[in-house]
Amino acid sequence: MASLKEVKSKIVSVKKTKQITKAMSMVATSRLRGAQTSMEAFRPYAGKFAEVLGSIADKAGDQASPLLTPREEVKKVHIVLLTSDRGLCGGFNFNLIEEAETLMKEKSAQGVEVSFTNFGKKGRDWCRNRGLKISKEYLNVVGGKFDFSVASKSGQELIDGFISGNFDEIYVIYANFQGMANQPPVIKQLLPIPAIEKSDVEKDENTTFMAEHIIEPSPDELLNEMLPKNIFIQIYNSLLETSTSEHAARMKAMDNATKACNDMIGNLTLAYNKARQTAITMELMDIVGGAEALKG
Amino acid sequence: MAELLKLEVVTPAKYVVSEDVEIVMAPGTLGEFGVLSGHTPFLTSLKTGRILYKDANSKEKMLFVSGGFAEATPNRVTILAESAEKSIDIDVNRAKAALERAQKRLAEQKSENINFERAKSAMYRAIERIRIAETRGL
Repeated sequence: MASLKEVKSKIVSVKKTKQITKAMSMVATSRLRGAQTSMEAFRPYAGKFAEVLGSIADKAGDQASPLLTPREEVKKVHIVLLTSDRGLCGGFNFNLIEEAETLMKEKSAQGVEVSFTNFGKKGRDWCRNRGLKISKEYLNVVGGKFDFSVASKSGQELIDGFISGNFDEIYVIYANFQGMANQPPVIKQLLPIPAIEKSDVEKDENTTFMAEHIIEPSPDELLNEMLPKNIFIQIYNSLLETSTSEHAARMKAMDNATKACNDMIGNLTLAYNKARQTAITMELMDIVGGAEALKG
Repeated sequence: MAELLKLEVVTPAKYVVSEDVEIVMAPGTLGEFGVLSGHTPFLTSLKTGRILYKDANSKEKMLFVSGGFAEATPNRVTILAESAEKSIDIDVNRAKAALERAQKRLAEQKSENINFERAKSAMYRAIERIRIAETRGL
């Protein structure tokens, strides 16, 4: 049986931990709200862009852009891994990294060289520990405040790398925010761009009489301008999704920790009371025993 | 009164404008163009510059826009831009600082350099922003 003092100090320390986890959960909740707002704000842009892109892809030639053309031989694969900068968010980073590892092993087994771009410290640290090749790292982006320029800057670098032949295929791994309890990791091919879904606007009965779009400059040129933007959009979207997921995961983890603290405090208080009661009983016994002896 | 068309300006961060307007003037890559209701379907990329439109009360308004596309249909104009700001929202001091920075960088760079191109477009953006902000009140 632990001494009274020991139990007492344990209770104090658990209470302190609980304060921290509770605060972290609250911070995560408010950040989550912010992240969700920017995700919702981005949706109309992404949706409209996809619409326009779809209608152009229809008109442009299939070989309009080098970004659309798959390489005959894939020797160098690049993985853009999105993780959080900080831990204490349950299995969030572990899931993402595990996905990256699976993909990497699969590619390595085919004799393909794999390199990484890291968003987030956790993924970068993992790459470092494993001695993997890191081309570029971006910290303090995921989970924080960022705007579209981060996506366009990093996206441009990836595109340059693809065009110059440094990478033959580029994948992005991010957490897909499907709700508070569900943020599964997702692998998506960024480059070469998988076939674009052609929009079916033209097939709509109401619009069939409409003349074709006049397109300035030419469809091919416009497509060439839009495709890189499409990459930026996807990166931006992955960043938003991952940030939102990170906060959701942290909120859940911290809630669980707070609950665990409550349980522990309950058990410890019980132990403390028992110990105190035992001590009192012992003292009483001593006094009673002493009194009896004097009488005797 | 002229028939109205719907103008929508969307950036990754937010809906900048969504209202019924009489006319929209936008800086297309191949030259500035105007759209009235009933325009033939039209799709173009945009230069950095200014979008001018008249709202339902014939009041003229201006927007700064950069890195965008415009799609016009008979009753709607959709503009997708990397950044777009209403003239009243433009931060002049920031634009002036950006202009200075860009000019300094241009002075130091060789013209083949990729940074030169970047600084140049940063300069254009700053100049346009300042120009629009100075004519604001419209």
